[in-house]
Amino acid sequence: MNHVWIILIGALVGSSCSMLGCFLVLRKMSMIGDAISHSVLPGIVIAFLISGSRDSLVMMFGAAAIGLVTVFLIQMFQNSGVQSDASIGVVFTALFAVGVVLISLYTRQVDLDLDCVLYGEIAYAPWDTLHVGGHSIGPKAVWGVGASFLLNVLVISLFFKQFKISTFDPALAAALGIPVVFFHYLLMGLVSISTVASFESVGAILVVGMIIVPAATAYLLTDKLSTMIVISVLLSIISSVLGYYIAFLLDASIGGTMVVVAGVLFLIALFFSPKGVRHHVKFSHGA
Amino acid sequence: MNWISVFADPNTQWILFGSMLLGLSSGVIGCFAYLRKQSLMGDALSHAALPGVCLAYMVTGTKSIFFFLLGAILAGILATVSISYITRNTRIKQDSALGIILTVFFGVGIVLLTQIQHSHSGNQSGLDKFLFGHAASMIQQDVYTIAGISVVLVALCILFFKEFKLLSFDQGFAKGIGLPTILLDQFMMLLMVTAVVIGIQAVGVVLMAALLITPAVAARYWTEKLHVMVLVAGIFGAISGFVGTIASSMVNNLPTGPLIVLAATVLFIISVLFAPNRGIVAKAKLRGSVKSDFKTVAHQGVKEKSL
Repeated sequence: MNHVWIILIGALVGSSCSMLGCFLVLRKMSMIGDAISHSVLPGIVIAFLISGSRDSLVMMFGAAAIGLVTVFLIQMFQNSGVQSDASIGVVFTALFAVGVVLISLYTRQVDLDLDCVLYGEIAYAPWDTLHVGGHSIGPKAVWGVGASFLLNVLVISLFFKQFKISTFDPALAAALGIPVVFFHYLLMGLVSISTVASFESVGAILVVGMIIVPAATAYLLTDKLSTMIVISVLLSIISSVLGYYIAFLLDASIGGTMVVVAGVLFLIALFFSPKGVRHHVKFSHGA
Repeated sequence: MNWISVFADPNTQWILFGSMLLGLSSGVIGCFAYLRKQSLMGDALSHAALPGVCLAYMVTGTKSIFFFLLGAILAGILATVSISYITRNTRIKQDSALGIILTVFFGVGIVLLTQIQHSHSGNQSGLDKFLFGHAASMIQQDVYTIAGISVVLVALCILFFKEFKLLSFDQGFAKGIGLPTILLDQFMMLLMVTAVVIGIQAVGVVLMAALLITPAVAARYWTEKLHVMVLVAGIFGAISGFVGTIASSMVNNLPTGPLIVLAATVLFIISVLFAPNRGIVAKAKLRGSVKSDFKTVAHQGVKEKSL
């Protein structure tokens, strides 16, 4: 049963991250996903210190707020003349450092491990079950990640048109009266919530892997946004299933192996897809 | 606080010296990276170094900084080549390519790290420290190596200052006057990888990028001249290394990396607020004085009209 739970958690993390990842990759903001997934750390720790528990909704929204603060700070420094990638770098490293220092200072109060922060402990997730009225209703992680997955599906399908237009042509979207800035921050809020939900199972950097790699692979396979989202979700599910079994065979980090499998899938798409390397080279020779 | 004992301990003195030199060299190199819009390349390179370091450890079985350097440089070169290959040959943009390489390499590194932890016992304890850095665990030989390499890095930056300057500001012109731009590009990348590798032990993989980015961005606020910027960034880096290491050695259980990064961030915030011309305070003052000038002018205008 534990195998099923772990694979389910991995697949849910992968699907909810890669769905958002498609928009980030298309908006050329992949590294903002990286930044948010690091910078929610102090938010999690502070919420943890205040509430004293790991499974509060407060924690999720606290972290989402920090995620939005990150985006806001990056934007602010960018507007004051700092290059965009440098301002991303300054903001997320500073916040992440605050988080690490807080964890180290309150090691006794905070039941968070520094290693866990980076590469997660999906292997232990099935034992941390949620009880309702004395009955176990499955691991907490499944509920947390599942909720964020449903939230992402709901928001994206409700506002698919708005997200699509403001991704491909923000000027047109603004002209049509779509609140572009609002959707920008909505997307970032979703990224923060998914990151926090996935945090314990796959860790900060591997969340980024699930955000960027399947989406970029799907980008090589199709021209249609809806198809791209479906493909990236499928790819992330494949990588979590395969990753789990390979990790099981090698006795290695599960989250790490999942991302490595996603990377291998990317490599295959890079060389063999119609929009991958071969086609591109041929095309540029013709043009 | 036992300030004096901290300074009196010769071991601590060496470690302090090492992290200051480290901050200095990464601040200097970071300036060029910043001006070439490659700030996050440092982030990618430091994550990509992890599998190289792990492989070097698995092959040699020792924690020698030279083999680590070798492994990390190979991994770094592979990473930069892959990033530029992906960006050149597909429609994937640079930020996504960077993200892909960063996470996949780091994933491989984590897998290797767990393999090491499961197969070899005991001797791997130092490898965990690579994630967040622990300057106090450096032995004297490491410090000598770090200090030596940092000096070489700074010397190379001074030696190739003119070429790097040209490359940072106008690559097309540099190519036009016959500089081997591709070679110089790779050379600069090599310097960055080297800085990252020697930094990993003190600052850790995750936060090494900050040591390259933050002092350079802070220095950019103070000046419009490259040589001043490089100097200021180097000094900022050295100060951060000093403060971070002192704080980490005084408070128990605190990793050095985050403290060095926080020190650099404080310098950055000070720069944002108080730098001449570009700082927030200076800008507000300028705006205020312009406003009052305008008021007096407008007032006079009204007076003249009414006359």
